[in-house]
Amino acid sequence: MTPPLALDAGLAVLVLAVAASTIAARGTFASVIGFVTYGLLLALAWVRLSAVDVALTEAAIGGGVTGVLLLTASARLRRAEKSPAPAEHPGLVLRVTAAILSTLVAAGLAAVVLMPASPVPTLAPAAMANLPATGLGNPVAAVLLAYRAWDTLLEKVVLLLALLGVWSLAPDLLWGGRPGPRHLVRQESPLTLLAQFLPPVGIVVSIYLVWNGATAPGGAFPGGTILAAMWILVMQAGLADAPAVGSRTLRIVLVAGAALFLAVGLAGFVVADAFLAYPAGYAKPLIVAIEIPLTLSIAATLGLLVAGPPARAPEA
Amino acid sequence: MASFLLGAAGFVLLMVALGLVRILRGPGEGDRLMAAQLLGTGGIAALLLVAVATRAAPVVDVALALALLAAFASVAFVVGAPGAAPPGPSAADDR
Amino acid sequence: MSLLRDLFTVVAVSAGAFFFLAGTVGLLRFPDPLSRLHALTKADNLGLGLVVLGLLPHADGWLGALKLVGIWLFALLAGAVAAQLIARAAGSAPPRA
Repeated sequence: MTPPLALDAGLAVLVLAVAASTIAARGTFASVIGFVTYGLLLALAWVRLSAVDVALTEAAIGGGVTGVLLLTASARLRRAEKSPAPAEHPGLVLRVTAAILSTLVAAGLAAVVLMPASPVPTLAPAAMANLPATGLGNPVAAVLLAYRAWDTLLEKVVLLLALLGVWSLAPDLLWGGRPGPRHLVRQESPLTLLAQFLPPVGIVVSIYLVWNGATAPGGAFPGGTILAAMWILVMQAGLADAPAVGSRTLRIVLVAGAALFLAVGLAGFVVADAFLAYPAGYAKPLIVAIEIPLTLSIAATLGLLVAGPPARAPEA
Repeated sequence: MASFLLGAAGFVLLMVALGLVRILRGPGEGDRLMAAQLLGTGGIAALLLVAVATRAAPVVDVALALALLAAFASVAFVVGAPGAAPPGPSAADDR
Repeated sequence: MSLLRDLFTVVAVSAGAFFFLAGTVGLLRFPDPLSRLHALTKADNLGLGLVVLGLLPHADGWLGALKLVGIWLFALLAGAVAAQLIARAAGSAPPRA
């Protein structure tokens, strides 16, 4: 068995083992740890499949932000119901149904991947052929921001809707207040040291990823996620308080990405005769101009998703 | 050289996979966190080995993002673990 | 020259892999959380450090080498902070059976 094959086979077995242990684990904390580990291994698998952009996003989202989100969610659930009544455990019928549905979906996906129609339908040659017109060097960035810009715009709107959903969990009189408890700064704590030292590095890496995303794997989403992680770290160490969700500046930052994207899209009607069409020669500068507020919006949205619904009454 | 590096990556992954046992068994949350930390560092090592073996420089960026997020995640998990003591000087630290 | 470089890489990466092995064995076999933590941090520092050292001759110029060393430093930082926090949490928790 050649080393690459051994590595890939081992990785596949490991992914399955971690998935199984995540499901088998007792207690939400062990499951969330398993889930984060699973995301990390998936990132490695994507690298082996030569999908480095996906691996980058998987490492960023699955490795950090989603794990913390699940942890805070499970902590809220634990506080809300101290001990579930026996009737609330999922019954056998429900579990068997879930198992059957999961198996069917997995089998369907496996069939599509393992027995493709021949010739395999793919748009990759067309994507690469039109790359010079967009001025970008990274075909994934071209797909996200030029060929399928509409989907990317809608994804950003969906993120905002998710944030609204989280905010709507707050009771009426707390609407507009700050999320989460006030974390206190601990003197001489390693947490404070980390929160002072890591964010500058994170900001530089995030800028590097966004800028580099035009020609190499990277882009607004991983960059924004790293920024969000740094912000969450600073909030958890108490070095900055979470902003009030009613604050106008915050809302402008949240909306700026999608709004600018939409404005460019509508301008496409006037300047380049189609929605979200870029005028010739201006594609790359426009795309870069869109990506910067997009990164900030993603960072703000993800950070607030983790911070949770408002928990303190708004100040006068 | 490339085969050796890929083999080393596989070995490192196998090692940290054994650490998974701690996630399932580990009597405390700290143990589970340690296993996750080991997996994170092992994953970074494996990614770097694969990057050099396949001569794909962008994979180093993935390892970089992972290193930053490992720092963030391990802290966030300790702070958010159920029943965790608040981080900072505790009475036991006074000498 | 190239042979020497390859030999250096093989030795360093093998040593790094050995420390990962040691760290895993320690994590599984040591009796209490604090000593397991000790084993873990050795894997973090020395394991990753030796692997990075072994890969440095193959890096993409100075910037690539800087990235590799930077990754090791961040992993060190993460490990150090996490170890402190885990140790505090383990130390203040009631002893488990």
